[in-house]
Amino acid sequence: MTGSHKSIETKHCEERASFFGDLARLGALSRRGFMKVAGASAGIAAAKGLITPQSFQLVEVAQAQETGAPSFTFAYISDSHLYTRDVNDRFIRSAVKAVEDVNALDPQPDFVLFGGDLAQLGKKEELDLGLQILKGLKAPLKIMVGEHDWFLDMGEHWRTLFGAPQYSFDHKGVHFVTLMSVQEKDFWTAHGMSPAERMQTVAGLDNGLQSRFEVGSEGRAWLKNDLAKIDKKTPIVVFSHSPLYKYYRNWNFWTDDAEEVQALLSGFDTVTVIHGHTHQMLLNRIGNINFYGLLSTAWPWPYAPEGLPKLTVQMNRADPFNAFDGCGDGRMDVLTSGMVDKVYNLWNRNPVTIRSSYLVSGGEKHRPPATALASY
Amino acid sequence: MRLYCTVALALGLGSVGAASASEDLPRHVLPPSSNGDLVIGLCDGETSIEVAGVKPGDPVSGDQAQKIADALMQEWRRKHPDGAWRVAAADTAGNPANPGPAPATKDQFQTYGAFTDRDRQIWQESTDKLVAEGKRIFHDAKALGGTVAISCDMCHPDGSNTHPETYPKFQVQLGRVALLRDMINWCIENPVRGKPFADDDPRLKALEAYILAQRKGFALDYGKH
Repeated sequence: MTGSHKSIETKHCEERASFFGDLARLGALSRRGFMKVAGASAGIAAAKGLITPQSFQLVEVAQAQETGAPSFTFAYISDSHLYTRDVNDRFIRSAVKAVEDVNALDPQPDFVLFGGDLAQLGKKEELDLGLQILKGLKAPLKIMVGEHDWFLDMGEHWRTLFGAPQYSFDHKGVHFVTLMSVQEKDFWTAHGMSPAERMQTVAGLDNGLQSRFEVGSEGRAWLKNDLAKIDKKTPIVVFSHSPLYKYYRNWNFWTDDAEEVQALLSGFDTVTVIHGHTHQMLLNRIGNINFYGLLSTAWPWPYAPEGLPKLTVQMNRADPFNAFDGCGDGRMDVLTSGMVDKVYNLWNRNPVTIRSSYLVSGGEKHRPPATALASY
Repeated sequence: MRLYCTVALALGLGSVGAASASEDLPRHVLPPSSNGDLVIGLCDGETSIEVAGVKPGDPVSGDQAQKIADALMQEWRRKHPDGAWRVAAADTAGNPANPGPAPATKDQFQTYGAFTDRDRQIWQESTDKLVAEGKRIFHDAKALGGTVAISCDMCHPDGSNTHPETYPKFQVQLGRVALLRDMINWCIENPVRGKPFADDDPRLKALEAYILAQRKGFALDYGKH
């Protein structure tokens, strides 16, 4: 590449600076002024062939007449995989970009879910940096733990920062449960691994040495106890880092005791599971449970060679020349029915809204836009 | 029909096992010629004969070569009256539906085709070693020469989404036709933030070996987007 070549990231930063420069020239960050500029930039986007120059443009709010109006919304950021600044600042910039996206949402979400894998190698400095970035969020934070946060010190520092990895809370009539679903049976002692080697092994998606993820008997007992006092008609939303089903074992797109966890949830009328780890648009429905995978801010993952749930509409494969493509963040609209619609805010692409009715109808209704560039 | 000398066979395989320590290999020191004629040694490391009327560097006809070989074997058999001999099986595994033209003789032996299951095993192990080295580099940011702790597997677990079968193809973002190695080097320069490998860099060869091995069975489809 020549010296005069501008990277996608440089272009993005310039466009963003110009965007906010325009806002400043309008004299005030009034809503009317903001809408005017946002409208103008949307026009530019359309002229460019539907490639959005800024990911923080206004997102069309999902229409939800059939399944109830949105009762409230929450946003998500996930899988930021932070290295410390001296090692690699690319993922830091992506995480900051996601925080800016979420802070630009109007109205603001009730809270922001972070989907796990805040750090890349579970280091204290990485987790501290992550917390510092997430403190920039205007809305309250709810966080779950990922394997990259855990296996250096077995969660010691993460717990110091964020508390117990399993907890539940009630919000506007919905019962939220956060699970620690990335427990692994001890594979490291037999191999004489140091904590750093254990972490590096778990961090490798295609490293077959490690065990499969599980909630584990203790975690399931906690869940059973937590749900015991909840009315069956109360909508349940579960956060877990790994998908609570079996997608692809070799990459740990997998929870070994998924069926047992699903059995604990199956008695409830309305259940939604929201998970990180897979870095892709991922949809599933098993029994009466809707599953949504989250996007990563760091990098997208290819779809696994087998096991992809039938209801998943693949996101187009990512442009390797654009560090942001295939990544993103998003928003959940919790309907009055307790069902959850999901907006995938894919950077540099049109956002994709998945209606809960698409999953409930087994793909009959509200099918999301078809895949144009499938996986190889 | 083809006769094999078991001593030769043993020597040949021994040399594969000790390939890394060539200075330790047994050497057959030939005796000096009594009258300046060519001296030829047998692969047992002991037996040799002088070829009457042929000086070193003279061309040897096929007939002469056969006579030399026969004389050496006769000498070896004389020294080893109890030596074990094995008759190589003729290759009869052809396609019965398409037998092809009738062979001119019963024996189509050629040196190039004279390999055994054990040979295949050795070759496969050598190939797998290169693939394993590629896998190691693929998963190791430092081995890639990276400066930002990024390795290939972070975006391409098991080499997925590398689609080597689609190259060469017009790489739109580069504005030119690219080979797999061009894209490997692009990744090394950009996300990995390292220096691209030279075309003959053994690391590049190993990476190509690993990536191709991961796609065994996929049909070649060059130019595919």
